[in-house]
Amino acid sequence: MRSNGVLGLNRRNGDYILKMNDRRFFPLVDDKVLCKERLQERGLAVPELIALARYMQQASHLGDLLGTHNEFVIKPAHGSGGDGILVIKDRKADYFVDSDGNLVKRADLEHHVTNVIGGLYSLGGQPDVAMIESLVHFDPAFAGLTYHGVPDIRVIVYRGYPVMAMVRLPTRESHGKANLHQGAIGVGVDLATGITVGGVSGNSPVSLHPDTGSEISGFQVPHWSSIVSMAAQCFEAVELGYLGVDIVLDERHGPLILELNARPGLNIQIANRRGLRLRLDAVDGLGQREESPEWRVEWACRAFGDPRTDLFNPEPLLSGS
Amino acid sequence: MTRSRQWVVLSLLLVLLGGITFAYKVVRLGYPVLPDETGEQWLVQARLEIEPVKGPVRASLLLPVRSTGFTVTNESFISRDFGLTLEENMFRRQADWAIRSLDSDRVLYYRATVIRDTRNSRFANRPEIPSAPELDEPWASAMADLVQEVKTESADAQSFAAEILDHLQNSPDDANWNLFLEGVESSLDYARLAQSILAMEQIPSMLVHGILLNNDVQRSAIHTMLAVWDGEHWMLFDPQTGQQGRPEEFMIWWRGMETLAGVSGALINDLQISVKRRLRSSLDLAAQRTELKDSFIGRISLLHLPVQTQSVYEVLLLVPFGILVIVVLRNFVGLSSFGTFAPVLIALAFRETELVKGILLFMMIVSMGLVFRFYLERLRLLLVPRLAAVVTIVVLLMTAISLFSDRMGVETGLSVSLFPMVIISMVIERMSIVWEERGAMTSIQEGLGSLLMASLAYSVISIDVLEYWVTVFPEVNLIVLGLIVALGRYTGFRLTELIRFRQLAGSNPL
Repeated sequence: MRSNGVLGLNRRNGDYILKMNDRRFFPLVDDKVLCKERLQERGLAVPELIALARYMQQASHLGDLLGTHNEFVIKPAHGSGGDGILVIKDRKADYFVDSDGNLVKRADLEHHVTNVIGGLYSLGGQPDVAMIESLVHFDPAFAGLTYHGVPDIRVIVYRGYPVMAMVRLPTRESHGKANLHQGAIGVGVDLATGITVGGVSGNSPVSLHPDTGSEISGFQVPHWSSIVSMAAQCFEAVELGYLGVDIVLDERHGPLILELNARPGLNIQIANRRGLRLRLDAVDGLGQREESPEWRVEWACRAFGDPRTDLFNPEPLLSGS
Repeated sequence: MTRSRQWVVLSLLLVLLGGITFAYKVVRLGYPVLPDETGEQWLVQARLEIEPVKGPVRASLLLPVRSTGFTVTNESFISRDFGLTLEENMFRRQADWAIRSLDSDRVLYYRATVIRDTRNSRFANRPEIPSAPELDEPWASAMADLVQEVKTESADAQSFAAEILDHLQNSPDDANWNLFLEGVESSLDYARLAQSILAMEQIPSMLVHGILLNNDVQRSAIHTMLAVWDGEHWMLFDPQTGQQGRPEEFMIWWRGMETLAGVSGALINDLQISVKRRLRSSLDLAAQRTELKDSFIGRISLLHLPVQTQSVYEVLLLVPFGILVIVVLRNFVGLSSFGTFAPVLIALAFRETELVKGILLFMMIVSMGLVFRFYLERLRLLLVPRLAAVVTIVVLLMTAISLFSDRMGVETGLSVSLFPMVIISMVIERMSIVWEERGAMTSIQEGLGSLLMASLAYSVISIDVLEYWVTVFPEVNLIVLGLIVALGRYTGFRLTELIRFRQLAGSNPL
C-alpha cells in the first residue's frame, strides 16, 4: 500500500496539511462567506449569494431575506462535511419543497436557520452565519448519473498543481448531497481529458449508479479544461498548499466554485484507484518555482493525464517547457 | 537542528528524564517498584479552618488517645505562626494553638499515622456512680415505667444496657418511649438518651467518639458509641444497633461530652477529618523520607502533599495514561468518538461505578436522554437553551437513578453523581444530530465506539500498579508525554485505513 503511494490520514495531517496549510489562511476556506469574496475578487465564478442571516431575529423574517427566490440553498458558513445544508427546490405559499421532494414547513425552515446561527453545525459550536445561496441548476449532462441534488467535481490542488480529481454523484441515500460519507458516489476522473474511470460507494467499487442504473465510467465531464484551470487558480486566492476545490456545473453559468476545503478527504484515492503520494512527490520534485496557473495545469495534465500510464517521468516535460 | 527532527530529541529526552528519575528512586533510594501488601496503615488528618473575629485567637483540638485496636505514630502539626502546646494525660490529649492576633483565615493541620495494635489497653478509670437525673412530669413517671419494664427483662448492667438500646430502636409505638424519642436522630442523641436511662439505675456510662478506618475518606464522619460500666469492665455498645463490642475498624478518638475542636476569638469554618489507607511499603518510604531530606529527587512524590490533595492528584495523574490510550486508538487504530477526550472522562467516571455497571448506567442515561432530546427538538428550542435543558434532564435522570437504586438496595447508583454530566449531554446532542443526518445506525455505532474507547481507557487506568506508580513515581508521566510526542509524528497508515484502502494494496491495484 505504501509503495502504491496511498496517502493515510496521519500523513495527510502531519506532512501535508500541517506543513503546507498555514493556519492563518484557514479562515479563508473555513468561512464560506469570506471564501466566496476572495474567489470573486480573483474573477472566479461562484454561486450567487442571496442573503446572510447573522441574527436570530432574521430567522423569523426569512421571507424578507428570500425575496422572490423560490429555489435556494441554506448552509452554515462554518459547516463541515456537508452537515446542515438544506436544499429547497420550490415554494408553495408557506411550504417549501426540499431536494427529496418532501414538504418543509416555514417554521421548520426558520428552526433550521436558528440552529445554524446557534452554531449547531460549526466547528466547536461557535455561533455561525446562515448563508442563503441560489440553487445551482445542474448541467443536464449529468442527468443520467444523479439522483436529485447536484453532482460536484472535487479537485485536489497541491501547491497550485491539480493532482487528482473526482466527480461526486448524489444518491437517494445521500439525500441529494454530494458528500461521500453521506452516501454519495465518488467517480475517478482522468485529469487530462475529464473522462470518468469508475466509481466508489463508501469504500467499495461500483460501476452502475444505484438509483438511475447508468454506467458510471467513460463519461465526458463537460467544460473540463476550465474546471481544472479554475481549481488551479484557487491556490492564488487562498494560498493553501493542500486544497480540495469543489466545483459544480450550472446549466447557464458553467462551472462554479462551490467551496474550498483545507482538509480534503482521502476517498478520492479509492475513486481513482490511485494513491496521492506519488503525485504529491512529483510536484515536490519540481522544487520551488513560481509558475502561472496555465503552466501548472498544462504540466499536471501531461504528468498525471492518462491513468494507464501513471508511472511518468516528469523530467522531459520540464526540459521541454 | 531542523525542526523536523526536534520531536525525536524531545521525545527521547522526556522518556530518558522520566526513566532515569524512576530508576534513581528505585535503585538508589530503594523505593519498591511494586506495592507489597504486607500490612496496612492509615494516614489520618484533621483539618481545622478558622476565621478570626477579634483579639487573640485560641484553638484547641482533641487528639486521638492510644486505645485498644490502634496506635498513633508519627504525629505532626502544621501551625502556621501559631504557638502550639500539648496537654496530655492517660485518657485525654489536647493540642492548643494560640496567636496574639490574626488577620485572615487560617488552616491548621494535625496529621498522624495510625497502625493496628492488638494489645489491650485500659480504657478509662473506675468511674463515679452517677446520680439519677431529676425529671418533671410527665417524663418522671414515664421514665419510671420504662426503667421498670427494662429491668424485668434484664439481669445485669450489660443486659440492661442492651435492652435499653433495643427498645430505643424497636419501640416506636410505645407511648413511654416515644416521649423521649422525639428529636432523637444521630447516634450521639441515642447514646445520650441511653445514658440518662442508665443513670436512673446508677449504672455509669460514657460517650466514646471515633472514626472508622476502612476506606479512603475525604470527610470522615464521627461515630459515637456508648461505653457502659458493669462494675468491673467497660463494655462498648453501638447506640443505633445495640450491638455490643468494638467494631474492628473503629478507632477511638476521644471520650466524654466534649467537642472535638474549640476556638475563642475566632469561628470554625470547617473541621474535616480525612483518612487514607496506605500499604506498608509506603511506611518504609516514610521511614526513608526522613533520611532523604537532602535528596531533591526523593522529594518528588505525592506522599508529601496533604492527604485530600493526594487523592485528587492520584486521579489527575492517571488522566495522561487514559489520553495515551485515546491517541493510540485514534491515530493508530483509527477509531472515532464523540468528543476527542470525552472517553477519558467517561473512563474516570467508571472508576467510581466499576466497568459493567458504569456501561449500563451510561447507556441508560444516554438512551433516556436521547428520547427527551428528540422531544425537545420538536419544541424548536434554540441551541443553547436546548443543550441546557438536556444537561438538566441528565442531572435529574442521575438523581432519579440514585434514588431508585438506593431503594432497591443497590449502592452503585449513588456514585453515578460523579458521572460527567456535561460530557454526557454533549454526547446526547451529537448523537441526535448524527442520528438525523446520517441515520440511527451510524449514530449508535459512533456511540458504541465512544463507549468502547472509554472501556479501553478505563481498563488501562484501573491497573493497580499505575495508581501506585503515579503516587510514588509521578515522573512516569514524563515518559507518557514522551510517547505522546513520538506518536504525534507517526504518519503511517491507521489500522482501519488498511481495510479502507485495501483495493489500492498489492503490486497491481485493480
